[in-house]
Amino acid sequence: MKRHLISAADLSRDDALLILDTADELAKISDRSIKKLPTLRGRTVVNLFFEDSTRTRISFEAAAKRLSADVINFSAKGSSVSKGESLKDTALTLEAMGADAVVIRHSASGAPHRLAGWVRGSVVNAGDGTHEHPTQALLDAFTMRRRLGPLDGRKVTIVGDVLHSRVARSNVLLLSTLGAEVTLVAPPTLLPVNVGSWPCEVSYDLDAMLPKSDVVMMLRVQRERMNAAFFPTEREYSRRYGLDRDRVARMHDDAIVMHPGPMNRGMEIAAEVADSPRSTIVEQVANGVTTRMAVLYLLLGGADLGGEIRQ
Amino acid sequence: MADAVSHAQDARAVLEGPDINRALIRISHEILERTKGAEDIVLLGIPTRGVHLAHRLAGHIGRFEGRPVPVGSLDITMYRDDLRLRPARALGRTELPADGIDGKVVVLVDDVLFSGRTVRSALDALNDLGRPQAVQLAALVDRGHRELPIRADYVGKNLPTSKSEIVKVYLEENDGRDAVLLLKGETR
Repeated sequence: MKRHLISAADLSRDDALLILDTADELAKISDRSIKKLPTLRGRTVVNLFFEDSTRTRISFEAAAKRLSADVINFSAKGSSVSKGESLKDTALTLEAMGADAVVIRHSASGAPHRLAGWVRGSVVNAGDGTHEHPTQALLDAFTMRRRLGPLDGRKVTIVGDVLHSRVARSNVLLLSTLGAEVTLVAPPTLLPVNVGSWPCEVSYDLDAMLPKSDVVMMLRVQRERMNAAFFPTEREYSRRYGLDRDRVARMHDDAIVMHPGPMNRGMEIAAEVADSPRSTIVEQVANGVTTRMAVLYLLLGGADLGGEIRQ
Repeated sequence: MADAVSHAQDARAVLEGPDINRALIRISHEILERTKGAEDIVLLGIPTRGVHLAHRLAGHIGRFEGRPVPVGSLDITMYRDDLRLRPARALGRTELPADGIDGKVVVLVDDVLFSGRTVRSALDALNDLGRPQAVQLAALVDRGHRELPIRADYVGKNLPTSKSEIVKVYLEENDGRDAVLLLKGETR
């Protein structure tokens, strides 16, 4: 495994399985009365959030604390960034403070990659623009594996605003590494231009995909990133690509419904679907802590050799 | 002992299959004697081979007493004191019996007792899992060279070694055969 986690494509199949297996073991910690391990004692993890986030930031913070690391939270609001400090100067400040890992969320695609060139610690991408969100893909894969078993040959359908979704890209890359068959379903305006080069299928017809899917993952319609008219009305989008009760009834009995959150209830997913037993949305949050513990342990738990993680 | 050395030229068998079996039967009797019938005991093996040994001991004790003995495994990776000396390791399994370990006599089981650091880590790990009434230690081989004030309560074989030698334990469940080998280390 590489020293940074910037793209889901950085992970080989063995790396990904090692993270998921480690997460499986760490999941037991949350059932204990003492939910803490001494493993990262004396290590510092900086959460560097230039963009709003609830669950990812809290999840990384909980993960680092359960491993006994010291956590420094940094959000752009109220920091020197609002005075015009550049990413590089912020990075050099963190470097001077001795951060062993920097968890970064940024609105610019590629920011974690730049950061990795400036700091000695490990960089973990917690979402960069419309590029990638690898730990979300890992926790999604972990959730699927817990519900459905090994992912080889499983059919995963990812529905919605793929164009603006870093979750979709990371999931496509990771799931194909793990042997799942991914299909993207979206209106043509919400698919990236180069989607043909992604390791997945593309469809425009949600209803045709539903009976074949083991997993249906709904994406949030990202209004804040939409600067043009991508679909005529929200109502029309919801009619064609929203997951309602009737559509769920066409899925097979063991199939699950996922959503990375935050949800627009009534838009891409109906409230009753989000709260149904098929939905893994709350599990995904709990699994996020476990999966991020696994990532932090594997990046920081061993010797700082800047190289491979050995089995 | 996950050493990469396989069948070096200077391998000497210290224990063969039947010897290991006899040693485990003796330890089972000693555990019964020491704990006065093994009423409240829980056997916890340290992965990988300690777990197999714990299951074998539980099998023997269960047969002598005519009732099942709780057995589990305790992974100590996250509690090691040498994590930073090597790249991050894959985790082993921790599985506790349904009744937990609170108020029980926990017998830790490992294949080789050497520096004592594994056992120290195991004691830390136990501390986070509950509060046993007492903790005891069983090892198939005690090869000496302790670096911490730790001793075993039950030992299969005391094996005087030099620090450069390597003790390898093979178990049927893991390696297809039962044997304890003593390998000469690299000569300087």
